[in-house]
Amino acid sequence: MSDIRLEGVTKRYGTFAAADQVDLSVTQGEFVTILGPSGSGKTTLLSLIAGLNRPTSGRIFIGGRDVTNATAQERNIGLVFQSYALFPHMSVLENVLFPLGVRKIGGAEADKLARDALKLVRLDGLEARRPSQLSGGQQQRVALARAVVFKPDILLLDEPLGALDRKLREELQVELKQLQRTLGVTTLLVTHDQEEALSLSDRIMVLDKGRTQQVAAPTEAYLRPANRFVAEFLGIANFVDLPDGRQGVVRPERVRLAGEGQGKAARVIEAIYLGQMVRYHLALDDNRSVVVAVPFLGTAHAPGERVSVSWESADVWPVT
Amino acid sequence: MNRASRLEGFGFIAPLLVLMVVAFNAPIVYMLGLAFWEKGRGFTLEHYEGLLEAPVYLRVLGNTMRIALIATIANIIIGYPLAHWMRGLGSRGRMIALALVVLPFWVSILVRTYAWIVVLGNGGIVNRALQWSGLTDAPVSFLYNELGVTIGMANVLLPFLVLPLFAAMIRIDDRLLQAAASLGAPPRTIFWKVYFPLTLPALAAGALLVFILCLGFYVTPAILGGGRVPMISNLLDTLINQIPRWEQASAISTILLIVTLVIFAAYRRLDRKASGT
Repeated sequence: MSDIRLEGVTKRYGTFAAADQVDLSVTQGEFVTILGPSGSGKTTLLSLIAGLNRPTSGRIFIGGRDVTNATAQERNIGLVFQSYALFPHMSVLENVLFPLGVRKIGGAEADKLARDALKLVRLDGLEARRPSQLSGGQQQRVALARAVVFKPDILLLDEPLGALDRKLREELQVELKQLQRTLGVTTLLVTHDQEEALSLSDRIMVLDKGRTQQVAAPTEAYLRPANRFVAEFLGIANFVDLPDGRQGVVRPERVRLAGEGQGKAARVIEAIYLGQMVRYHLALDDNRSVVVAVPFLGTAHAPGERVSVSWESADVWPVT
Repeated sequence: MNRASRLEGFGFIAPLLVLMVVAFNAPIVYMLGLAFWEKGRGFTLEHYEGLLEAPVYLRVLGNTMRIALIATIANIIIGYPLAHWMRGLGSRGRMIALALVVLPFWVSILVRTYAWIVVLGNGGIVNRALQWSGLTDAPVSFLYNELGVTIGMANVLLPFLVLPLFAAMIRIDDRLLQAAASLGAPPRTIFWKVYFPLTLPALAAGALLVFILCLGFYVTPAILGGGRVPMISNLLDTLINQIPRWEQASAISTILLIVTLVIFAAYRRLDRKASGT
């Protein structure tokens, strides 16, 4: 188990910079998520750390060792792809044994390690199956077992839950988090799903156009975004004018909704039920829109109804 | 589907079935039967006995198998790296390489075989290059021997191996190879444990196809062998068109058919064992 440090990591394809002067430091045992839209360079960054690609400039350290020019084989990294990348001609057990065989671990010892890893992802009993005989969620668990069985220094996850349906994804999120905590392995996850990033990670790195936008704890990034991009990418953001002429962001659940005359007057445009919450899209009198999220308590305002909104100045975070 | 609609469907394919049976299956059965049936005497095995008594027939059969095997191995040695190299090309390069592999298909096999005479002859480009480079003093005889036949057959049949192999190779996800690398496997291990096993079914199928086609090859051995390399098809040609001994030809054909089927059955068995079902 090791820490990861990126120093000015840049990857150019011609004049296009897929990663531009990226610095990041992940401490031992930490779970960090690289979050960004498609094309933000997050997968490029992961492939640079995994050693599948070489940076144009900058340095990469794993466990204090400079691995910038090391091959993927030399880095001792557990890598999990969105597409699982299981070896289709091998059984589940053989897949998990593969990294052990490469490390000259064989016999009863390898067998025990592999079976333990499969137990860890709750796949014991399916050792003899072929990947094609498993569901997507099971396949991804095999990939996880294969990636951790050889006790890698770090674990890299490339949109590991992206191909799964919502319910399974949420289940696996919990399992992934538990697994990471049990093993205490330094983990870097790449995703475009901000909910996944917020729920899983110790810290989030938001990436856009190859540049770091913010590195912060999930609540910090959500409530105190470094800029407009982060504010909008991490969820719904209401932008309001501040007295000093700057703009501030306030999150929908920090906006208070009341009957007419108790704040800024607004009109309900749309009410969207989300189960536990109801989200209102409102129009203020100056035609600016505000989104409010409140717990759903049995009754809701109908479109066209007049309401009022207000917020604490402490809940408004200035952004540039 | 109920019975009526099944019958209706049968009605549509019946003409085709009749054509198949009359034009294709019946002649084969007739051909196979020739060896067992003597006019006026009925069932006989004497033509098969004749085969065993004249060792020349079995020798030609063995010779054919050996040449077919060598041509198949040559095909694998050339075809596998070629297909692998094509996989690594960009989409444009792949198109061009694929066209170059398939192009000979569009040229008559006769033309291609005669072209080899020009290339491999004593004054041909290969011999001139060998002598110019000082590797040999006298021309090497490539023609009218087994070497020429093998070269010619390997060339003609190469696409049959390369195309299925290439198709299987481009289906292999690069991420599988990346995953293997990230798990610590050196390139050699990635090739032998991941890449090669995934191409093996296509390689086996392609090689089998090439081998079976070699067994029945006529034109190339006839021209490049110049009558001096006896292969089974040429022997059949002699038995039918020159000596006329149709019954003997029928017996040899039957044995060739059985050998081919046995090889195919062995392949199916292996294939099913490998895929684990």
